[in-house]
Amino acid sequence: MENDKAIEAISDIRSMMERSSKFISLSGLTGVFAGIFALAGAAAAYFYSAKSFGTDAVYANLQPDQKKDVLIFYGVDAFLVLTLSVGFGIWLSFRKSKKTGQSVLDKTAIQLLVNLAIPLLTGGIFCIALISQGILGLVAPAMLIFYGLSLINASKFTIGDTRYLGYIEVFLGLTSCFFMGYGLLFWAVGFGFFHIAYGLFMYYIYEK
Amino acid sequence: MSALFVNDSLDFTRLKELLDVTDGNLASHIRALEEAGYVFVNKQYIGRKPNTSYTLTRLGRKAFQEHIQVLEKIIKNL
Repeated sequence: MENDKAIEAISDIRSMMERSSKFISLSGLTGVFAGIFALAGAAAAYFYSAKSFGTDAVYANLQPDQKKDVLIFYGVDAFLVLTLSVGFGIWLSFRKSKKTGQSVLDKTAIQLLVNLAIPLLTGGIFCIALISQGILGLVAPAMLIFYGLSLINASKFTIGDTRYLGYIEVFLGLTSCFFMGYGLLFWAVGFGFFHIAYGLFMYYIYEK
Repeated sequence: MSALFVNDSLDFTRLKELLDVTDGNLASHIRALEEAGYVFVNKQYIGRKPNTSYTLTRLGRKAFQEHIQVLEKIIKNL
């Protein structure tokens, strides 16, 4: 059956091309969990703000020690969301790697991480700079924008169309620049809603 | 060939990892490809350790592309 052999050959070729150049153990569920953590974090931040000084308060008008408390809370909040998301991501990838046969320490995994890290670190430092200068309104937009750019940059080193999620995050980030005061909302939509939506999409297409 | 097609170059260890074959098996296949003029062998030292990496030649790239085209043609003429 020459036809079947040809199909198998092409499929083998394609599979080898992928596993030699991309990290194929990335799971869509990573996005789902990250989205859930992000929504939880956003909700926590919202209720904390509402309880502490009302949702209409402006950061600049707070007392210095109130400002410090807010920063600490938001900082720990964001840190937890990030750590849990990354932690679960690693664990899920490890689980999937049993099926793909590609080690999580594969060269492609490192390639992926490096390319993710460059815009992400840049964004992180940029946000710290913004906070240190008191320009808090642009922090949420900046996080979305840099995260989106890092996704676009890293997309060719993994499966799925993370590039498109990247475009969405950049778009959300840019849009939120024009709606000061709604940073948390955009953050929740970008890091929460779209991650869950995209994660589920990727999971059903590639893993089900 | 598939792996070399989408990577600038790959070294022996990486190829062995990807293909899951023995040293001897891999070495003889690479030799065949090299003799056909499809693969360029680059022997160098990383510090003190010898390291051999492989790249597809232009001829190899063309041959591989033609191979894929032939396969696709077979499939299309279902």
